[in-house]
Amino acid sequence: MQTDTQNIKTHLPLVTELRNPGMALDLDWVRAAQANTSAIERRAATLPGRRSVKKEYQAAWLLKAITCIDLTTLAGDDTVGRVQRLCAKARQPVRHDILEALGVDGITTGAVCVYHEMVAPAVAALEGTGIPVAAVSTGFPAGLSPFHLRVAEIGESVNAGAHEIDIVISRRHVLTGNWQALYDEMRAFRAACGEAHVKAILATGELGSLRNVARASLVCMMAGADFIKTSTGKESVNATLPVSLVMIRAIREYHERTGVRIGYKPAGGISKAKDALVYLSLIKEELGNRWLQPDLFRFGASSLLGDIERQLEHHVTGAYSASYRHSMG
Amino acid sequence: MSVKEIFESMEYGPAPETAAEALAWLVDQGDRFGHFINGSFTAPGEGFLSKNPATGETLAMLTQATQADVDTAVEAARKAQPKWEKLGGHGRARHMYALTRLMQKHARLFAVLETLDNGKPIRESRDIDVPLAQRHFYYHAGMAQLMQAEMPDRRALGVCGQIIPWNFPLLMLAWKVAPALAMGNTVVLKPAEYTSLTALLFADICRQAGLPKGVVNIVTGDGAVGEMIVAHEGIDKIAFTGSTEVGRKIRQATAGSGKALTLELGGKSPYIVFDDADLDSAVEGLVDAIWFNQGQVCCAGSRLLVQEGVAERFHAKLRARMDGLRIGDPLDKCIDVGAIVDPVQVQTIRDMVDGNTEGETYCVNAQLPAGGCYYPPTLITGLTPTSRLMQEEIFGPVLVSTTFRTPTEAVDVANNTRYGLAATVWTENVNLALDIAPKLVAGVVWVNATNLFDAAAGFGGMRESGFGREGGWEGLNAYTRPKGKTKPLTKIEGFTGEGSEAEGIDRTPKLYIGGKQARPDGGYSQPVFSRAGALLGQVPIAGRKDVRNAVEAARGAGGWAKSTAHLRAQILYYIAENLSARAAEFAARIDGLTGGRSGAKEVEASISRLFTYAAWADKFDGQVKSVPIRGVAMAMREPVGVIGAICPDEAPLLGLVSVMAPAIAMGNRMVLAASEAFPLAATDFYQVLDTSDVPGGVVNILTGPHADLAKVLAQHLDVDAVWSFSSSELSGLIEAASAGNLKRSWVNNGQARDWMGTEGEGRAFLEAATEVKTIWVPYGE
Repeated sequence: MQTDTQNIKTHLPLVTELRNPGMALDLDWVRAAQANTSAIERRAATLPGRRSVKKEYQAAWLLKAITCIDLTTLAGDDTVGRVQRLCAKARQPVRHDILEALGVDGITTGAVCVYHEMVAPAVAALEGTGIPVAAVSTGFPAGLSPFHLRVAEIGESVNAGAHEIDIVISRRHVLTGNWQALYDEMRAFRAACGEAHVKAILATGELGSLRNVARASLVCMMAGADFIKTSTGKESVNATLPVSLVMIRAIREYHERTGVRIGYKPAGGISKAKDALVYLSLIKEELGNRWLQPDLFRFGASSLLGDIERQLEHHVTGAYSASYRHSMG
Repeated sequence: MSVKEIFESMEYGPAPETAAEALAWLVDQGDRFGHFINGSFTAPGEGFLSKNPATGETLAMLTQATQADVDTAVEAARKAQPKWEKLGGHGRARHMYALTRLMQKHARLFAVLETLDNGKPIRESRDIDVPLAQRHFYYHAGMAQLMQAEMPDRRALGVCGQIIPWNFPLLMLAWKVAPALAMGNTVVLKPAEYTSLTALLFADICRQAGLPKGVVNIVTGDGAVGEMIVAHEGIDKIAFTGSTEVGRKIRQATAGSGKALTLELGGKSPYIVFDDADLDSAVEGLVDAIWFNQGQVCCAGSRLLVQEGVAERFHAKLRARMDGLRIGDPLDKCIDVGAIVDPVQVQTIRDMVDGNTEGETYCVNAQLPAGGCYYPPTLITGLTPTSRLMQEEIFGPVLVSTTFRTPTEAVDVANNTRYGLAATVWTENVNLALDIAPKLVAGVVWVNATNLFDAAAGFGGMRESGFGREGGWEGLNAYTRPKGKTKPLTKIEGFTGEGSEAEGIDRTPKLYIGGKQARPDGGYSQPVFSRAGALLGQVPIAGRKDVRNAVEAARGAGGWAKSTAHLRAQILYYIAENLSARAAEFAARIDGLTGGRSGAKEVEASISRLFTYAAWADKFDGQVKSVPIRGVAMAMREPVGVIGAICPDEAPLLGLVSVMAPAIAMGNRMVLAASEAFPLAATDFYQVLDTSDVPGGVVNILTGPHADLAKVLAQHLDVDAVWSFSSSELSGLIEAASAGNLKRSWVNNGQARDWMGTEGEGRAFLEAATEVKTIWVPYGE
């Protein structure tokens, strides 16, 4: 199922793709999944030395990275004003003179990601932009509130206008190998989302092994996740290249077997433009160009944008930039 | 392309590494190079062009060494050697440390120059070749420092002639030069004619580092220069890395010269993927196995063996991965596969692939840059061990593939080759991995990884992949010899006489083959006389077919290698016990044969020697190496296999025991040619073996003329090593004949050994009886 990437006008996941219908839990497949940690770490460690983008290519890739950012605020002190400021930044993430110099326009971030209470203000602030609002949900970040409340929380956020729901899985199901329970939970979350797209946060830093990451990824995709996402940003270890490699290889395998493309979102710990370029090259290498679009790839990040802006200004002027020269979000 | 267009296409674009500094260095040298002899460059002479294989452009003019150049270089090395050795370990360590630091300071220059000269991707020269070369010098600076304390009985060999290949020009230089210098040798090195530039830069570094004149000498040129080095009388040791074909010629050329020799030759290394492996990681591993350095790697995982049930899926994943390989300008930082070293090599690869009519060929459909030497990554599936491409080294980016059903079959297919350099195993099952690794005939085994190298871990081959190890403690043997002087061994003749059969019931000595007494195939015997001319008995004259039968019996006794060291120790003690019970008889026999009076002493020494190796059987341990990965690199000592040994003439019992005991203690099986002059102690001795639970075939004893037996043994392609301590002049004959399957040879070069003394036993024997296999096991969950 080849889609013309040039015609994707909206950031909403999977509108140009068949949405993942899910499939019956295939335990043979899940249990056969392997992930050799040292080999995966070697691949991840050598990738930055194998791929490199320079000059205008680097600028274009950094712009692409911006369009894939879920600009995020998940703080206890978030207010309407704070969220409005963030949304303004999402609408215009790069200073207009820099964009002009680069000869591009219409650059926005991929989405804005907030807690439930901030969904409505975000939707209002982004009206008419086509930028979707994502809500973290299901008792984020630990996911240990009563199950019926977690399901209900999804419905509340969808009603408030969220287009995307970032759910957290019950890590205990992975740690105890209860794949059926994980599958059922994910199925229920997916059903509660309705038309809204669902990103499954695995909290990989708490899953114990890369093999568990691989197996949890498969189970969530089988249960209908539209995206799989590394972490909440609240675990002690968040997105890493080895974890990403495991998850996107699971995505590739799922696509090979079902024909369905699942999106990928690394979140937490990605704060440098250089890191973003490595992630994009990892996606390009392992999944191909089709995944280098915001409907299939997102960065969950809050400070990444600032570094990218400075690099873009450097590209345009040849002089290293300062953060105060770029608007805050 | 505009930023907007790239934003849509998301192409990588060019990421060139600048060649300016490297080219400027060449200009500074006048774009012409002489040799580096005695601390300075000679005036450039007649020679040849060094070209960039990626573009065909000329990089520099190099000089073809003449015999006079080689003579001067050897003379300089010879003159410098005693002083360099006397400088002591710490003095040499300081020089080597300075060399390492300078190499680090010029790391990028080395990397870019290497890529320009060889065509390998800059990522590899920058991230692999150059850092590993530095590491080798760094590590061996430490070996120089420790030599005096840790190797008090060893000293330098003298002048080393070193001939290195074009695939890792600087790294192979480091592997050769660093251990040689550390141990107090001086060197005359010849880089490959395609790729001499980084060696010449290294020469420049030696000069800058203030290395004493003559310690490192570098001469450039083609194979003819290599031949001059090999044949040179002023050289004590030859170290060669290159093709098996040339290695064989060097073995023949140096035979009988007394030169020490190590060979690191070709390979067709298996890459085994079990069905429980992390298949994606195994696919990625292949990128490092066969597309590393365009597949021009002696230990390249070039023979893919996939378990049948996952083969189709694995091949599909592999083909998809191949499509992602970027082929092109090696100076681009975003390139996976660069240029082949020379048009001649491209043609060789093309001829081999085009000549294949079997299986299915998948070739990466990439636009190859015009004007350079490129060959697309290629996969040929559906081959069998019978296919020519499954047996012959291609030395290019071409992977061949077959399938297997069971672990046992995987081992059989993997070992179905003349080579034995490296092997790779992918499985998530630790039981399987650790069961398979020792069974693979390979000097290096990587588990769930491939092409890992480190100075601390030995590297080298089995079978026709050569002998000797580079790296680690085991690598230092190749650059040292025991201290002390040797004396020439004079030919020992048996006595003649005309006596008749002694009284008593006739006892007929026979050959001892496969645990049974056997009459000689030829049906001839010869009389053995005492000094006084009395007939002591008739011994059979073993012929070709008897050697054949003995080797077959030894090969068949493979279970001995798998038996526990504890069991082997017990059996050696048991032999000693039974010999002791018949000590008086053996003492009389020896005195009768030799006409001497030291028989009793020799029997006692033999019993003690058996005790020594019974003791060693479970104590000659391997090592775990400190390599810079999260994981272990284990240096395992494995038996060599089937060893043919020509026993000393002078000590009819002790000589045989001294040769047999260390070998069988380590798990080898022996074909022993008994003392030619005094054979009857050996034929008595098999009765001792018979009563000591030695399994049939582990020790086979032949009698007859040493020259005849040595020749057949050395030529035999199923014999893994030949040793000779004969008083006949056999060293040259054995070394030359051993070239057939490049078996390990250990000969006395006509020098005597004191079998009663300390040099009659010990580590030298154990080391000859074992091969070091390095097993890399990265781990982590």
